[in-house]
This record gives sequence, structure tokens and C-alpha cells, in this order.
Amino acid sequence: MKFLVCISNVPDTTTKITFTPDNKEFNKAGVQFVINPWDEYALTRAIELKEAAGSGTVTVLNVGEADTEPNIRKALAIGADDAIRVNAAPQDAYFVAEQIAAIAKEGAYDVILMGKESIDYNGFQVHGMVGEMLGIPTVAPAMKLDMSGNTATLEREIEGGKEIVSVNTPFVASCQQPMCEPRIPNMRGIMTARTKPLKVVEPVGEPARTKVAEFALPPKKQGVKLIDAENAGELIKLLRNEAKVI
Amino acid sequence: MSVLVVVECADGEVKKSSLEVASYGAEVAAMLGTTATAIAVGEATTANLATLGEQGISKVLYDAEPRLKDFVNNAYTKLIATAAEQEQAKIIILANSNIGAAVGSRLSVRLKASLATNVVELPKTTDGQFMVRRGAFSGKAFSDVLLSGDRKIIAVKKNSTGAKHQAGKTAEVVTFAAQLTDADFADAPTQVVMQDQAGGILLPEADLVVSGGRGMKGPENWGLIEDLAKALGAATACSKPVSDVDWRPHHEHVGQTGITVSPNLYIACGISGAIQHLAGVNSSKVIVVINKDPEAPFFKAADYGIVGDVFDVLPKLTAAVKALG
Repeated sequence: MKFLVCISNVPDTTTKITFTPDNKEFNKAGVQFVINPWDEYALTRAIELKEAAGSGTVTVLNVGEADTEPNIRKALAIGADDAIRVNAAPQDAYFVAEQIAAIAKEGAYDVILMGKESIDYNGFQVHGMVGEMLGIPTVAPAMKLDMSGNTATLEREIEGGKEIVSVNTPFVASCQQPMCEPRIPNMRGIMTARTKPLKVVEPVGEPARTKVAEFALPPKKQGVKLIDAENAGELIKLLRNEAKVI
Repeated sequence: MSVLVVVECADGEVKKSSLEVASYGAEVAAMLGTTATAIAVGEATTANLATLGEQGISKVLYDAEPRLKDFVNNAYTKLIATAAEQEQAKIIILANSNIGAAVGSRLSVRLKASLATNVVELPKTTDGQFMVRRGAFSGKAFSDVLLSGDRKIIAVKKNSTGAKHQAGKTAEVVTFAAQLTDADFADAPTQVVMQDQAGGILLPEADLVVSGGRGMKGPENWGLIEDLAKALGAATACSKPVSDVDWRPHHEHVGQTGITVSPNLYIACGISGAIQHLAGVNSSKVIVVINKDPEAPFFKAADYGIVGDVFDVLPKLTAAVKALG
């Protein structure tokens, strides 16, 4: 079984988000970048399934410029076998999906996994685009993934419940908790990651279809109105008469 | 040229989040000087679909194929794509739900459309440009995105622009047959398991949310959260540490790596307000924080606050809600 795991390089979840003075770009100064937390479920589950089968390969794919390589090496340290970096800034979901689809097709991957969405762009789009470009099923978002031969059984989250879906390879799934416990690299993994193959390829396809014109931050709160704990019931009156939300 | 709105239905009724999507679609249609047609997915009755007229929808297409009752990604994509071609729809509007995002992303490739998800405002069309504001950085920011091309798909985040009601207007419900085949249902679910909803309200659809953190001290104390939620008619939620230790199921986890909610009221009980949690709730209209630590960072993001012990405060709040009648 050939697994292709797509990872994106995102600001750490504790990052305070700021932009350049013209609000055109995210301000990367002093920001720690990590593997997108949702992608960690995809990566770990692919490694677990490969280990359970006793054969197969896990290839990690990132669309990004050279500064994403530390996190690609981290994915290799966690247990991926090799890596491909498409040498381009991820312009939009469509552009990224084109790169993934091209590589998935060329490498004849059986299972294409990624996180539900990236925590910076929050598109929740790439999985469906890749599936449609390749003409194969997509299961999104998947909470559970088991393989038996060429058949996968997945749990897909829907509002208010879940669906059990069975698909044959090749397919695309976007992953989320509680699929697995994401792994962290151990010392041996870090050592071996240095010599694992990392191939850099140039982007293909059509230009992006969307473009960010400007970023904005949410409006600041006016300040908290404190209610004495002894008169907690007063809060309910305020919520009804002042805030008018109940 | 028209606007096509995808409305999700369940148990015969249009989902509340889809009423908002229908209103959004009608407003976009009015901006562009055209009409809004809806395509219904899921299980719906003709009578309930006709009420979409109240949201400004003129016509509703409905394919009564029984296998469309449950979400099937390929079949839904083909159904909506066929409707979009028939109606010559230039703009397609969906809910930013698990269904809407899964279908919208496939549709964007099939229909060669540009796509924006997580959209929070009506589009702006100036100087021949088409721009939408969407949530980014997991609730920490917004981005204004330009959509190119002839066809555009927009997935609208819940509780962003609100549902409008014009009583008495009805939509024409038209039978629609997308000629779906067995192959379109190849990825149909073998089983659908719904959460126990006995008296409960689903978090993604909720207008009011009561949420608990580690300050609740253990799952055995969740009755206090549930009592207040029940009295208010609210859904229950929790912080990441709480779902990590399995006090509550993960689908209740609100935050940057859980679900992002935007209710009218979010009451946080014993949650300190880590930046990842705030990202998941900061588009709530009103935030109430109850915490015994006056230095808890959540108070800075709150509209109302009580510095006190949740175990004292929650029963008082529940009693006060019941006293409202």
C-alpha cells in the first residue's frame, strides 16, 4: 500500500496573529511554524497502517518554499519513508490541490491522506478538489480509518452524528481526531530522518482561482462587565434585557 | 444566470443553518438583479420546502430519489452540478457544514468555479471585482478574498448574516431528476449513527452554548452544565483538555483544533481562555465567563463575567433562568 500524506506548514496554535502594515500579508516575524495539527492525524495513521500491514510506504508531500523543510524532516522523523516538496508558495486551495493530484497520479498512490483543513487558511477544500481531479472518492472529515486489503472503512463526521463509509483504493480522506494519538519524533527517528530522500519538484497546472486582497483582525471587545457572584442571578436579567440573547 | 442555493434537510425539515444560507442566496440574487433557486438535499417534505419563499427563494428543486436521504458525496455533487447547469447558475451558495464543504470542493473542480468557504459577510462587487470576507487563522482573523472566473461557489459560516423571514411568501417546489445511477452511490454510507439527541441540542446548530473546562473538576460534575443548558435551551460544549481526558466526547471540543462556534451566547464555566480556545469562540455575539481566578485571560475576551466558584454560581444561574418563566 502506498500512502501519500499531505502536510502544510502553519503558525503554531499559540501564535498571536498579526499582519504587515498594509494588511496584505501575514507577519511571520518571530512565529514558530509547525506541521498543521490536523495533518498529524493523517501522518500518524498512515504510519500505523503501514506498520500493521508489515509492508508499504508513506510519502509525505508539502507544497511550500524551502523554509518548510524543517517540518518535512520532522514528518520523516515521525516515521514517513520519503518526502516530496513542491517548490512554490501555496497560493490557494485549488493550486495546492493541482500539485497533490499531479504527484498522486504520477506515483500511483493508493491512499491520499491530509488533515481536515489547515489552521491558517481554514479552507477545508483541498481533499474534495484532489478527489475530483483524480476522479476518486473523498471521505471528509474522517474520524476513523481502518484498512483490510484494498478496502477502507471510515467514519465520517456529519452534523449530529457519523456515517460509516466503505471505499476501495484509491481514495482521499481528510483526517481529524479521534483517529489516532499523533506521534512525536524519537531520537532514532530524528537521526534517520536526515538521510531519508527529500525530492524537490517544480509546480504544475493552472494559476490560482482566488487571491487574498487583505487581512483583518476581529473587532476588540468593549471590556467585561463584572457581576457579583452573590447576585449571580442578575446576569440572567442582563442577558435578557440588555444583551437580548435569551 | 441565476443564484443556486443548496439547502440541507433532515427529518423532513430544512435545517436552520440552511435558512440562513437561503436568505444569503436571495440577497446575492437581489444584488445581481436575478432570482434565487434552491436545490434541496436530504429528506424534505414539499410543504416545508415551499416555506423557503419566506427567505426569498422563488423556486425549489427536489429530487425524491430515496438514496439521497443520507449524505453521499458523489451523488450530491452530481445532483447539484446538474441543477447548476440546468439553471445556468453563476453563483452557488452552500452552508459551511461538513456536507457543504465536502460537496463544494468537488463542485468547484467539476464546474470550474472559484470557491470561498467559511464566508461571514455578503459579497462586495465593486470595480468588476467579486470579494468575500471569510474567517481565517481559525477564528483569529479574517481575509478578504477575490474570486475569479465566471462561476463562484460560496460556503457561508453559520450565524454570520442571519436568516430573514417574510411571512406568507411561498416558493414553487419543482420535481427534479438528476438521473443518478448506482455508480453515483458507490461511496454511500453503510450505516448512519446519530448522537443521542434526547432533549439535547446539536452544538453546530446551537444559538446558545454552555461550555465547561477543567475548572469543572470531573465528568461527574457535568450535571451543573447540563442543568443550565437545559433551562436555557442551549447545547453543551467543552475545552480541549476536557475532551483530551475523555470527560466529554470530542465532538463537544470547541477551539482551534476542535469546532469553531458562533452562537448568540457562549457561557464559559471554569475555562481559563487559552488562545486556542478563544479562537474557537470569538465570533460568538455575547461571551460570559465564570471563573474563580480574576486573572483568567478569558475575562479580556468576555462581555459579562462573574469571578466566583462555578459550583456556587451555576445553580444560581439555572434557578434564575427557571424564574424567568
